Amino acid sequence: MTTIAADAAGAHDHHDADHKPAFFQRWFMSTNHKDIGTLYLIFAIVAGIIGGAISGMMRLELAEPGIQYLQNWATVHNGLVGGSEATMDEAYHMWNVLITAHGLIMVFFMVMPAMIGGFGNWFVPIMIGAPDMAFPRMNNISFWLLVPAFILLMGSTFVSGGSGLGAGVGWTVYAPLSTTGSVGPAMDMAILSLHLAGASSILGAINFITTIFNMRAPGMTINKMPLFVWSVLVTAFLLLLALPVLAAAITMLLTDRNFGTAFFNAAGGGDPLLYQHLFWFFGHPEVYIMILPGFGMISHIVSTFSKKPIFGYLGMAYAMVAIGVVGFVVWAHHMFTVGLSVNMKMYFTAATMVIAVPTGIKIFSWIATMWGGSLTFKTPMLWSLGFIFMFTVGGVTGVVLANGGLDDNMHDTYYVVAHFHYVLSLGAVFSMFAGFYYWFAKMWGRHYNELLGQLHFWVFFIGVNVLFFPMHFLGRQGMPRRYPDFPDAYAYWNHIASLGYAIMAVGMVIFFINIFWSLMAGRKAEGNYWGEGATTLEWTLSSPPPFHQFETLPQIK
Amino acid sequence: MALAKLTKIAAFAAFALSLGMAAPQLAMAQEAAPVAAESAPVAEAPVTTPESVVAETAEAAAPAGDASYTPMKPTEGKGMPVDGRVDFQDQYSDLGIYAHWLDTTILLPIITFISLVVLGLLLWVMVRYRAAANPDPSKVTHNSLIEVIWTLIPVLVLVGIAVPSIDLLAKQYKPAPADALTVKVTGYQWYWGYSYPDNGDFEVVSNMLSEEDAAARGEPHQLGVDNRMVVPVGVPIRIQTTAADVIHSFAVPSLWFKMDAVPGRLNEKVMTINEPGVYYGQCSELCGARHGFMPIAVEALPQDKFDAWVRSQGGTVASDAAAVTEQENSAEPAAEAAPGEAS
Repeated sequence: MTTIAADAAGAHDHHDADHKPAFFQRWFMSTNHKDIGTLYLIFAIVAGIIGGAISGMMRLELAEPGIQYLQNWATVHNGLVGGSEATMDEAYHMWNVLITAHGLIMVFFMVMPAMIGGFGNWFVPIMIGAPDMAFPRMNNISFWLLVPAFILLMGSTFVSGGSGLGAGVGWTVYAPLSTTGSVGPAMDMAILSLHLAGASSILGAINFITTIFNMRAPGMTINKMPLFVWSVLVTAFLLLLALPVLAAAITMLLTDRNFGTAFFNAAGGGDPLLYQHLFWFFGHPEVYIMILPGFGMISHIVSTFSKKPIFGYLGMAYAMVAIGVVGFVVWAHHMFTVGLSVNMKMYFTAATMVIAVPTGIKIFSWIATMWGGSLTFKTPMLWSLGFIFMFTVGGVTGVVLANGGLDDNMHDTYYVVAHFHYVLSLGAVFSMFAGFYYWFAKMWGRHYNELLGQLHFWVFFIGVNVLFFPMHFLGRQGMPRRYPDFPDAYAYWNHIASLGYAIMAVGMVIFFINIFWSLMAGRKAEGNYWGEGATTLEWTLSSPPPFHQFETLPQIK
Repeated sequence: MALAKLTKIAAFAAFALSLGMAAPQLAMAQEAAPVAAESAPVAEAPVTTPESVVAETAEAAAPAGDASYTPMKPTEGKGMPVDGRVDFQDQYSDLGIYAHWLDTTILLPIITFISLVVLGLLLWVMVRYRAAANPDPSKVTHNSLIEVIWTLIPVLVLVGIAVPSIDLLAKQYKPAPADALTVKVTGYQWYWGYSYPDNGDFEVVSNMLSEEDAAARGEPHQLGVDNRMVVPVGVPIRIQTTAADVIHSFAVPSLWFKMDAVPGRLNEKVMTINEPGVYYGQCSELCGARHGFMPIAVEALPQDKFDAWVRSQGGTVASDAAAVTEQENSAEPAAEAAPGEAS
């Protein structure tokens, strides 16, 4: 950040476009898409550190059979609010709080803010040749709603959630565990946190849709938009259509909890499964919300480092639209064991498999983009290649899980945990690292260290594979999710997985060293530092871009 | 029409009698309405299996209520996870064997092949088209033929997967025969209850054994329970699941069986176990603090041993009840059935 401050001072008298407001006004009352993007990225990194540390606690506890640490942690946690030594039940409850917090933080406060808020804010306006977002002040409140949302979620862990401190219901917040099963204010705070995060995302989605539809530079037709812009457009529509359903579902949770309604209470004429249908109607599009912007970034990076335009541009764009549309009609594959009728199970099996087709088109098109290209293997390209293979592995296990008959064994086992970490931790997160390294010098004006970047990739790549691949085996042997302890027969692969976490953590240390070192002392970057392969509009600007770009709109041929 | 009416009468009679005498449905159906029994030949199956014959002779020798049940010793590696394995648990039901086959013979080779193809293509382009080997990039951005091919081939692969997959689903949803034994599984925070409505509606409460008790009894730690769900081997069992507080999930990996227990709903699914043994499972839907500590143990026994277990629990067995009701109900069914016929 010091770099930016230094640049701000230095650039002060050059140009009207570079006139930056004072610190408080610039960072707390921002209307600049790049500054808000930076805020989102900082927020996502902070949340990612917390969410990642929580997974470290979980892997530590799961490294050996038996409860080693939970009770001590719960006692320390109790002590923070003046409580006494934790009982075993409080320790087990803490486990559920950890899994809930890890899921919610990684989904709502790490991946979404980084992908959409961070990279989306930074590069969508630039890529379409716009000076800023359509609603700059709404952009600001989108970001600042996330902060109280995160504080509410963190704060909920210091108040009672029933059998212990915090909300221990899983990120899915299933009723009736989240209604009658969790007395105390923690659950209400977590629900309100989701409301705020959801409102933030809906406002952001409206902003992106309006910007992309109305603020494209002359000549930038819909079918000439860079694929990252396409991906954010599809994502914004998914957000706009899915999040209100989540808001409705969790509002009903609130009224069931506090005002005596019975939407999800069978004894009052409600149905617990109604909540699951509503949640997954949001929740399935949500997983595409987390991966689609990554698809967009990977397309740019693969094209840049192949020195070749993207293969099958229209197919790539419409494959994302298809994934978005079909993503709305497959939700009940998350509910294969709740007692669906045979017809529903057959339909959701078939519909889910359909998604493999547009996803396959994307994988093959990326390979075809590289085919005949002139490939260089800089850090962003390594992450992209890793993404393509790891996402394929996560995708094919998704095809296995799509089979309702097979899911009777795999549902809620570690096989599912392995599957969604392959598409998220090795999919979405790889694409975020790819984008971060790709645009690092564009955003901050200084190059990252290539050696540390590549080292980060290899250590992280090995770490997450050692961490998550054994989970397939645990799941096939039947180990259920969300267990703080396990029978001795699951000890071997759990131990390996925990070792994988340690390797991954070393990779993250390298990442942070690289960021700090590069921001302080990295080589200064020119405008288009990737050369001829980088063809989108951000490469026509300086690095970092002026505070206000495109005061004269660019003309697209 | 006539047959349907008769079946209806028989069913009503059975219902009325089971209300009045707490006698099992199977016995009633056979006594009151032979027509109905013939229309569903499977109803006879349990009675004519060799085990049942043995059971009857055993009962003749030892009077009802004998406590010959002793919990079966679990077999190491059977019906429970094995450390370090990468495959599914060995399957002990026909549907489990079919599903396991579908995974191991169809899906696993396909997904491995696809992953290796993608990996191979990636490695190939990385070597062949590295900048040093190919300094002048091509400008090709379209090839309709290849785009059609890589759309259609995945479609065909998926259709190939869908056919056996849909078939498996259809088989899993085949309902239990009308006379199948019913076990009602209720999830509680944090233990399981198994009730046997066909055997006098007694309920077995099943809690996890402590580590010391499990070791003393030779049970696997965190899987062993104090009272198992005991069922007869080789016959379809109608498992009904529900829950008393929050959602739980009744799961037994070695039988390819998982069914959520949802408060206010009654889910039903057939379980048929091929050989005697103890089959372990664990609650598979997050249900609160002790979610990880409410295991499931299903013990499958030959019919005679199952009957002995039922008696040891104070329940009634079909053959006992048949013997009793034979004397008492010869006149009653017709009288009880009359209102049913009128309505």
